Amino acid sequence: MELQHLIAKFFTVGDSKLDPAQVVNLMHRWVAKQSMPEMLVDVAELLHVPKGPGVIAVGNDADYALDHTDGRWGVLYRRKSTLAGTNADRVVQALRSAAAAAQLIEDEFKGQITVSRHDFELIVNDRALAPNTPATFAAAKADLEAGVKAFLGHADFKLEAQGGDPRRRFAVSVKSAK
Amino acid sequence: MKASQDLWKKLLQGKIAEPLASEIDAFENEIELRKLGKIDEKVFAETRLRRGAYGQRYDNGQRHDGTESRKLPFADKPTKGPGTVWDAPGMLRIKVPFGGLNPAQIEVMAELADEYSDGIAHITTRQDFQLHFIHIENTPAIMRRLGAVGITSREACGNAVRNVTGCPYAGVCACETFDITPYARAAMLFLLGHPDAQEFGRKFKPAFSGCADQACGLAYMHDIGYIAATQQGARGFKVVVGGGLGAVPRQARVLSEFIPLEEFLPVTQAVCRIYARHGEKKNRNQARIKFLVDKWGIDKFREEVFAERAKLKPDPRWTEYLEAALKEGETALRPGADLPATPANASENLRHWLKSNVKPQRQKGYYTATVALPLGDITAEQLRQFADIARRYTKGTIRTTVEQNFILRWVSGADILAVYEALHAADLSGAGANNILDIVACPGTDTCKLGISSSRGLAGELRTRLATKSFQMDQAIQNLHIKISGCFNSCSQHGVADLGFYGSSRTVNGIKVPHFQVVVGGQWDNNGGAYGLPIVAVPTKRIPDAIERITGFYLQEKQKAENFHSFIKRVGKAPIRKLLDPLVENLPTPDVEPGLYTDWGDPRSYSIGDIGIGECSGEVVSRFQFESTAAERMVFEAGLYLEKGDAQQAGEQAYKAMLRGAKALVQMQYDDVGNDPAEIVAEFTERFHDSGLFADPSVGAAKFATYFFDAHAAAGTGKKFTADLAHQQITEAQLFIDAVHSCYNRLRSAAPAKA
Ligand code: HEM
Ligand code: SF4
Repeated sequence: MELQHLIAKFFTVGDSKLDPAQVVNLMHRWVAKQSMPEMLVDVAELLHVPKGPGVIAVGNDADYALDHTDGRWGVLYRRKSTLAGTNADRVVQALRSAAAAAQLIEDEFKGQITVSRHDFELIVNDRALAPNTPATFAAAKADLEAGVKAFLGHADFKLEAQGGDPRRRFAVSVKSAK
Repeated sequence: MKASQDLWKKLLQGKIAEPLASEIDAFENEIELRKLGKIDEKVFAETRLRRGAYGQRYDNGQRHDGTESRKLPFADKPTKGPGTVWDAPGMLRIKVPFGGLNPAQIEVMAELADEYSDGIAHITTRQDFQLHFIHIENTPAIMRRLGAVGITSREACGNAVRNVTGCPYAGVCACETFDITPYARAAMLFLLGHPDAQEFGRKFKPAFSGCADQACGLAYMHDIGYIAATQQGARGFKVVVGGGLGAVPRQARVLSEFIPLEEFLPVTQAVCRIYARHGEKKNRNQARIKFLVDKWGIDKFREEVFAERAKLKPDPRWTEYLEAALKEGETALRPGADLPATPANASENLRHWLKSNVKPQRQKGYYTATVALPLGDITAEQLRQFADIARRYTKGTIRTTVEQNFILRWVSGADILAVYEALHAADLSGAGANNILDIVACPGTDTCKLGISSSRGLAGELRTRLATKSFQMDQAIQNLHIKISGCFNSCSQHGVADLGFYGSSRTVNGIKVPHFQVVVGGQWDNNGGAYGLPIVAVPTKRIPDAIERITGFYLQEKQKAENFHSFIKRVGKAPIRKLLDPLVENLPTPDVEPGLYTDWGDPRSYSIGDIGIGECSGEVVSRFQFESTAAERMVFEAGLYLEKGDAQQAGEQAYKAMLRGAKALVQMQYDDVGNDPAEIVAEFTERFHDSGLFADPSVGAAKFATYFFDAHAAAGTGKKFTADLAHQQITEAQLFIDAVHSCYNRLRSAAPAKA
């Protein structure tokens, strides 16, 4: 199976003191300076929607966001265009991109927000490629694990399918102790 | 483009009704052709607009970062239209006729918001959906997924018949004359892609209203409005034409006090034909039908319409649709019951919600529940939860509203509290529907190329400020409608609000400052009965203060039950101006109040440098250009068939392309030519071949015409195409279509079209 259009989201740790609206300013700087590897076009601030997509730096190939979907804050990378390479490569790419954005946000707002690198989720943002079924999990598990292992540098983690509502996108949760 | 584009095509094969499925295939091919530079950029722009794919801010590749305007580093590719970058995110408008939706459709909207957009679906001020940040190459897959649940984005934008809107309470409202739903549906089916509605100089917006005095249908502010009426017990419509907001608002004028049901589609068709024929095409600022009605006067307009009506060839669809439409009606899932007593421990929000969001239906024991959405936005997860609620408590009877909300219909009184709890769990239980908190805003500077000030930013700020106190306010204040447009174009319908605002910019202390014009005097009731006028432009950061001043003054000075519209009529605009003047005078410099020089929710120093060229007026593309582009596309498709090894399809498609090209020419002289190949060939022969018009020795046109005749002669004979024969037919078709173009060019430079 082909895994494309991955979303990686690292969850925040504890109670963030950061007012998410603050991130709007930072993201505008990313756009002005084109600070990310992918071109960014604009900032979408959607904080008025409860448990919504938060604040997004929108690009053509990818988006970066401080995201609040499902009521959990986290720093998110969403790959929109396709990528070459193996499935595992694409997992690593998404995770590294989200981690880089998390680092920039932590650096900018020191002490106000902590983003875990060990508690995250991966979503395949494409229901035709990856319907939310046990069969998808069976087919994708090895590649997802290989990617996560390459990102973390060890195999000491738990990767579980989120399952649930079949209308949602296929997603896995990953937790590691280190 | 998403990796799954082709997968969706396969998965949904046979699940999309015709002609929609073929139209989407055609559009996909047009995208390919444009990438190859084989379709003119203007034709492609209007083609995509008529498929609902609209431009978005920054798609000219420029963005002001607060200091300077910078070029966004997009890849160098052909454009999507004049000055429009290929890879720039765009918007897709999805038509929701009369706002009617079912849970399966809502679930698809959720999927699309997740997979192609920013996770948000947006309800517009004309009951449509919009998805933002869409890549043009993903639109065919999106259209297929919508098509599979019976939704189209066709003619959602561009110079076409736009969404047919209708009162969201139709069928359940206690005061309506009759349910307009089946007729709005019939009009939508009849007009979608109708050949008489393809050559407009601008957009054309229809609306249906079940009664004359409420606001819901807003018939008077539409290009054509239908108000339910009866005459001696028979049903029909009062029909009004030439209304519209925009920079030059007009109230529609009465075309007829009563048009019986069986006549409303033919009369509509006649209006379309008159508008297509006589409406302005060159000057877009004068091209809406309202200007034609102005120019002629309503009496002459009426005369022309009814003369045209008398000439129309009878069309079985005038009544077929009506009969079909009448069969569909809504019913309840559960037995009706009165509302229970409000529980003693009910939360404050529930109490407000019951008062503001729940309305009894005409049908005893049933209620409508309004789901008030902040700025018309809803997340994918909320859409799924809402679909579940609609299924659990109703037969999925949902409408969108022009206030950018959902209405769930047919809720039994016995279920109201359970529905509230379920909505509450989905963060959808906001109270204050249709009151001062339920602010309507256009996309504005967030995503619109024409935005001057941030309408959504201001609306968000006002919502936050009002949320805590709106229910403590006097009922008269709670009842006010606020609508905010990012510029004078009125997409939020600010002209019919109690308090309307539209964006403008002013220079203060030598620096540009975002402002809003304050508009009062508009009337929401009586189908948008009166339009307000601007009083003064106030800096956007002073607008909350302006609202406080105006509402305070109203409370103080109003007579008993006087509503805001009547109040403004009585006191006039001068005292309001006086109240607001202090907000405009002696404004602080940037070092004292830097925030004044930025817009809501946007930290960049304010600039108007991002304003681009809107696509609201589309591109005026003649029918010939569309038809000949279709012919080109069909030859291209023939080539694709050949590539896939299907020589038979390839040869046949090449023949059909020639037919389309010939038809394009014939239509220049004869509007009503049909699709029958024999008729097209006969008309082409007489008008273009025998007359000598087609023969141009310099391009060898006479020979190319024989290619067409030969192909036609062979078409009925069961001719078998080998790869070579198909190849030949494709080459010949291309030569014929090239000759069609040169014939058109010669004729156009010689004399105006149409005999
Ligand atoms: C000169 C250009 C434009 C004019 C005159 C114009 C005018 C209008 C008017 C009067 C309405 C509303 C109400 C109605 O008729 O019921 C409307 C609807 C709307 N406009 Fe515009 N508009 C223009 C361009 C744009 C642009 C560039 C955008 C940005 C995306 C936009 C977004 C909208 C939206 C979202 C709606 C509700 C749409 C629907 O569902 O049909 N408009 N427009
Ligand atoms: S009113 Fe102006 S800013 Fe708002 S959507 Fe319409 S054109 Fe854009």
